[in-house]
Amino acid sequence: MKALVSVKRVIDYNVRIQVKPDGSGVVVDGVKHSVNPFDEIAMEEAVRLKEKGKVTEIIAVTVGGQKCEETLRTALAFGADRAVHVKVDEEIQPLTAAMALAAVFKKEGAELFFLGKQAIDDDAAQTGQMVAALLDLPQATFASKVDIDGGKAVVTREVDAGLETLEFDLPGIITTDLRLNEPRYLKLPDIMKAKKKPIETVSLADLGVTAIAGLKSVKTANPPKRSKGVMVKTVDELVTALKAKGLI
Amino acid sequence: MSKILVIGQHADGKLNSGIAKVVNAAKAIGGDIHVAVFANDGAAVAAQAAALDGVAKVLVVDRAGNDDYVASAIAPQIVALTQSGGYSHVLAAGTTSGKDFLPRVAAKLGVQQVSDIMAVHSATSFDRPIYAGNAILTVEAPAAPAIVATIRLASFQATGAAAAAAPIEKISVDAVIPGHTRFVSLAAQKSERPELQSATRVVSGGRALGSSENFSIIYSLADKLKAGVGASRAAVDSGYVPNDMQVGQTGKIIAPELYFAIGISGAIQHLAGIKDARTIVAINKDPEAPIFEVADYGLVGDLFALVPELEAKA
Ligand SMILES: Cc1cc2nc3c(=O)[nH]c(=O)nc-3n(C[C@H](O)[C@H](O)[C@H](O)COP(=O)(O)OP(=O)(O)OC[C@H]3O[C@@H](n4cnc5c(N)ncnc54)[C@H](O)[C@@H]3O)c2cc1C
Ligand SMILES: Nc1ncnc2c1ncn2[C@@H]1O[C@H](COP(=O)(O)O)[C@@H](O)[C@H]1O
Repeated sequence: MKALVSVKRVIDYNVRIQVKPDGSGVVVDGVKHSVNPFDEIAMEEAVRLKEKGKVTEIIAVTVGGQKCEETLRTALAFGADRAVHVKVDEEIQPLTAAMALAAVFKKEGAELFFLGKQAIDDDAAQTGQMVAALLDLPQATFASKVDIDGGKAVVTREVDAGLETLEFDLPGIITTDLRLNEPRYLKLPDIMKAKKKPIETVSLADLGVTAIAGLKSVKTANPPKRSKGVMVKTVDELVTALKAKGLI
Repeated sequence: MSKILVIGQHADGKLNSGIAKVVNAAKAIGGDIHVAVFANDGAAVAAQAAALDGVAKVLVVDRAGNDDYVASAIAPQIVALTQSGGYSHVLAAGTTSGKDFLPRVAAKLGVQQVSDIMAVHSATSFDRPIYAGNAILTVEAPAAPAIVATIRLASFQATGAAAAAAPIEKISVDAVIPGHTRFVSLAAQKSERPELQSATRVVSGGRALGSSENFSIIYSLADKLKAGVGASRAAVDSGYVPNDMQVGQTGKIIAPELYFAIGISGAIQHLAGIKDARTIVAINKDPEAPIFEVADYGLVGDLFALVPELEAKA
């Protein structure tokens, strides 16, 4: 069974985001980028399934510009066998990404697709569900446990009320939550080996996808700033202050 | 004028408390507001929706299995209703269920979804957070064929009670529901404490608590204050508390009047969940902890001494 894993290149989660003064976006040049943390979890899950013999081949896929090749190399170092780079230079939004990813999934004849539950740049949390809709396939989002057996997936999902369990018939789409696994630490030999693994480059046109009209970004602004408050020295001082404000 | 479909999410026969906020967001957009209730037997939930101010009509789609809210089953029904009803907007609460089914609706309608609306400028222009709320993006969405959006509940007040209940209509929709996905179970945490997302006070504990036994001092302070209880990701990952208590970018986004961050460092992903808290109190032994940058009241010291003292004196 082939598994597809999508990996998105995003600004590293440790970077302090800076909004450009002209409101045209955030500063991305010269800023550290990494694989979206949820996508590392997606990669790790696919690799574990391969180690258990449930998955035979892992294909990593990304949609984006030239620099996303690094992202694919990281996925290959994790254990993807090969990669597909859907090369697009313009900014793309979730539905267009989903159309491209769905086309790759179909073309590869994969049975499992792991995506992150959300990309930490746009925080959209849409793409996996859209891929599932476009292919009329099952989805299990926000997964914290996955069991694959006998043509079925049993997935535990992190939901507001607690933990929900769903079962679906393969093929299907799974989006990963933080507690699904802890991604392994990449070792130098794996990073070296990844350099020799094949990356196929395709365009949206090759996949028969036309980017669809998206949301227009009007402006990007800083969130309202919280001002630093006061430091109190004792519990008594804190209780007095909170009572004075009618908060307790 | 806009014609707005609000999805009336519910559980255990109760309309989700966030729907009153979604209706308020719909009022800001302006237009005819209909609430759709997809349920096994939606009469009780529909009555709750009909009592919300601003709702013009409640539509009930009864079907066995709807109570489970499986995305692949609910989405085609919403798509069919949106098309047959000629709705200009489809809105859902940005809960885990809204985030699960609504992108499926958007994809089927061929539109990008607007995730987590935090402010409405016009029927087509909205603010939404990006980068864990460290930047706010204003977007203009194409009006046709429809605008599909989730509402960030922490950003809106609830609509009030209607003077007179809106009419309730039972309808059926023409949708094919696939059989490939089955709901198995829900392990819900039952708690007598105020629900995290609607509590006016919340007490959260972090990694510093060190164990689930030690977390009892957090529960105990919360009970004294009649507060909900939250946690950082580190506390959840370490197994001190269940996942549904996580506050932050990937957990719950909350807006209580009073928030206590206890033994929590204040990582940006955690702060993303409490940006709209009115007053933040931080207790941390490290005077340099980033949480003090955003706290209205900061207290430096050992939480194991300070929290019981606070409980006694509060
Ligand atoms: C993609 C992504 C998403 C994430 N989403 C979330 C999220 O939704 N929510 C979230 O919370 N995190 C999230 N995180 C994790 C986040 O980056 C932090 O790792 C996490 O918030 C840290 O939790 P903490 O503050 O409890 O632990 P720590 O950072 O370890 O802080 C513990 C604090 O306790 C203090 N302390 C220790 N002992 C005592 C004592 N005896 N008395 C008083 N103070 C004491 C320390 O000084 C320290 O400041 C996410 C991370 C990633 C990468
Ligand atoms: N351009 C992209 N390239 C590769 N994967 C993507 C892309 N956009 C989204 N994804 C995948 O979809 C997930 C959710 O993204 P989003 O819907 O943007 O929050 C990510 O974690 C990725 O796995």
